[in-house]
Amino acid sequence: MAVRAQFENSNEVGVFSTLTNSYALVAIGASENFYSVFEAELQDVIPICHATIAGTRIVGTLTAGNRKGLLLPTSTTDQEMSHIRNTLPSTVTIQRIEERLSALGNVICANDHVALVHPDLERETEEIIADTLGVEVFRQTIASNVLTGSYMSLSNQGGLVHPKTPIQDQDELSSLLQVPLVAGSVNRGSPVVGAGMVVNDWLAVTGMDTTATELSVVESVFRLGEGNGPGDVKGKDKEAMVESFY
Amino acid sequence: MSMDIDQPVALPSIHSRQTAATILCCNCGAPIDGTSSAGALCYDCVKLTIDVSEGIQREATLHTCKDCERWLQPPSQWVTAAPESRELLALCLRKLRGLNKVRIIDASFLWTEPHSKRIKVKITVQQEAFEGTILQQTFEVEYVVASQQCPDCAKSYTANTWRAVVQVRQKVPHKRTFLYLEQLVLKHGAHKDAINIKEVKDGLDFFFAQRNHAEKFVDFLTSVAPVRAKKSQELISTDIHTSSKSYKFTFSCELVPICKDDLVALPIKLAKSIGNIAPLSICYRVGTSMNVIDPSTLKTADIPAAIYWRDPFKSLADVQELSEFIVLDIEAVGHQNGRFFLAEATVAKASDLGVNDRTYFVRTHLGGVLHAGDSALGYHLTGTNFNNRHFEALELSNSYSSTIPDVVLVKKYYARKKKSRNRNWRLKRMGKDEGELLPKKADQDKLEADFEMFLRDVEEDPELRQTLAVYKANQRKAKGEMNGVEQDVMSMAETEDTEDEQVPRINMDELLEDFDELNVHDMG
Repeated sequence: MAVRAQFENSNEVGVFSTLTNSYALVAIGASENFYSVFEAELQDVIPICHATIAGTRIVGTLTAGNRKGLLLPTSTTDQEMSHIRNTLPSTVTIQRIEERLSALGNVICANDHVALVHPDLERETEEIIADTLGVEVFRQTIASNVLTGSYMSLSNQGGLVHPKTPIQDQDELSSLLQVPLVAGSVNRGSPVVGAGMVVNDWLAVTGMDTTATELSVVESVFRLGEGNGPGDVKGKDKEAMVESFY
Repeated sequence: MSMDIDQPVALPSIHSRQTAATILCCNCGAPIDGTSSAGALCYDCVKLTIDVSEGIQREATLHTCKDCERWLQPPSQWVTAAPESRELLALCLRKLRGLNKVRIIDASFLWTEPHSKRIKVKITVQQEAFEGTILQQTFEVEYVVASQQCPDCAKSYTANTWRAVVQVRQKVPHKRTFLYLEQLVLKHGAHKDAINIKEVKDGLDFFFAQRNHAEKFVDFLTSVAPVRAKKSQELISTDIHTSSKSYKFTFSCELVPICKDDLVALPIKLAKSIGNIAPLSICYRVGTSMNVIDPSTLKTADIPAAIYWRDPFKSLADVQELSEFIVLDIEAVGHQNGRFFLAEATVAKASDLGVNDRTYFVRTHLGGVLHAGDSALGYHLTGTNFNNRHFEALELSNSYSSTIPDVVLVKKYYARKKKSRNRNWRLKRMGKDEGELLPKKADQDKLEADFEMFLRDVEEDPELRQTLAVYKANQRKAKGEMNGVEQDVMSMAETEDTEDEQVPRINMDELLEDFDELNVHDMG
């Protein structure tokens, strides 16, 4: 399902949080309202880590990850890293990257199989991404923008790209990713879809300004309304599970 | 067997640039092309949500002067603009604040009832809304027409608004000089700056808003007539702090009181100093100086205004004292000076004919135009009492007393009908304020007589005519009945010709076409 949220009056949800199929990172804010939105949806399903990166709240911008791993910038302190390590499941690999482009969330857009990265990323970084996240890495641009993480949001079900992406580019990207892509906006026409929302296979959190139309686009492209759940809890096995309770 | 070959068919181009809908409008969900749309909004949503005319006034006030119907163009200009005209539209648009931030595509008036004192203008503007979207919007602006008296009109309603006055005076009992002066002023447009022209006794007052206008007019007068100008000023107000003062200026211009065809008795000293001319002579021309001729010798002299004003003298006799003489016999002497021919003539006074046989022997300068049997106008000196000290000096003088003739002929006399109304030419007149002088019946007759005399002068004197602008008289002809009217005119002209063949007429090609009264109407 898709929900709307706001981090301290900011609609840029993707800046303050990272969401994957196996964990979520949420910035520490002045109030717990933002955290409680994630908590309401994800409690007892996946761990939600209340974190800061290098003392800042922009955890979504600075980190990138998927079900298998999490990439942190060099500026992450040891304490922060160990806190995240302790919170996240042990199956998730956590890696700190020495990379000049330290806003990893802006330059990396990944699902559990593929990652699209900034064309100027270093070779070593590319290898680390491939190893840590267990993905194929492609250097790409989205509608002539190099910040793939900012202008695209991706799950294993589908992807949302910058509204000005031409059809040809969408076709090309979607053949790389092997998921359907659609161009669209969030937060009432904002083209920075990667920063404006976070998504995994069964949940999307968007900014409070997102219109019903935008939300319906998000739900349809990420297949959120089709009863998908963590580990298919709400999916085809739901009936059987419910029966087994009796 | 022949093979069927398909005709080549045009296949629709697959690779044509398509503007397929790629995104949904974030506001209304309409499918639009994301690559060209602005901010993921469809054009209709942009148009609905953004007002490009924001910040432009929808109501404004225009100021107009009721009297001159001009419009105030802030800060202080007053412009003429017809209703619904281009100029008025420009004025209206300039009045709106914030209109310079947008691009005006179109503006037009919406019709409003004039008495409503409202003007409505429909304006179409374009502006870039955001991210390259150009929005066009049409809106109406209502102007309230407020009335405000313009300074010029305010001035015209206030007494004593003039700054300078030129008082032109000539102390003679007729108006010929002023009629001539009026024509000169009209021809040169010298009265353009005058705010008022007032007729007063013995002359005209020209009022001006500025001193230099008056000075220009005085300069014009001195260049066309023998004038003595005197300037005086009256202090109106003074500011002791800035020591700025305002004055009213009065230019007193006195014209030499001697006109064409006047008989003058020059002071003997003056006559000697300007070429030893005979003191009793006729003024035959007045330009910037006076020209006099001695009819018995054809000697001419020139009296500049400056010299005249050193020792002013009056004319001995003027045109009103002319009497008619009949030329009984004339014989040229053979002496010529310009257009004058010296002749010896025997004349008799017209009023004496049939009464007595008194004839006079006279030497005249009119030998070129007079023939036996003609009438001439002249001054009858014997039997006239002049009260003039210069003439007395002549009579007492040893050398000149014997040269005083009995009769001095001045000009040929053409017998005209009492009123020859059908002249083929006319003169323009100047609009004057009569002032306090009430036009009495007698005055009116006198004015008409003076004007008639002036018109005859113009007819008879080609030299005088050259300095004036003489216009064709408009024969009020209706197009349909042109032929008939023309015939009438022709027959009239014929009858006139038979009556006074002698009277000089002005050639048609000397006349100017008057464009002011061509009765051109704009149909539409």
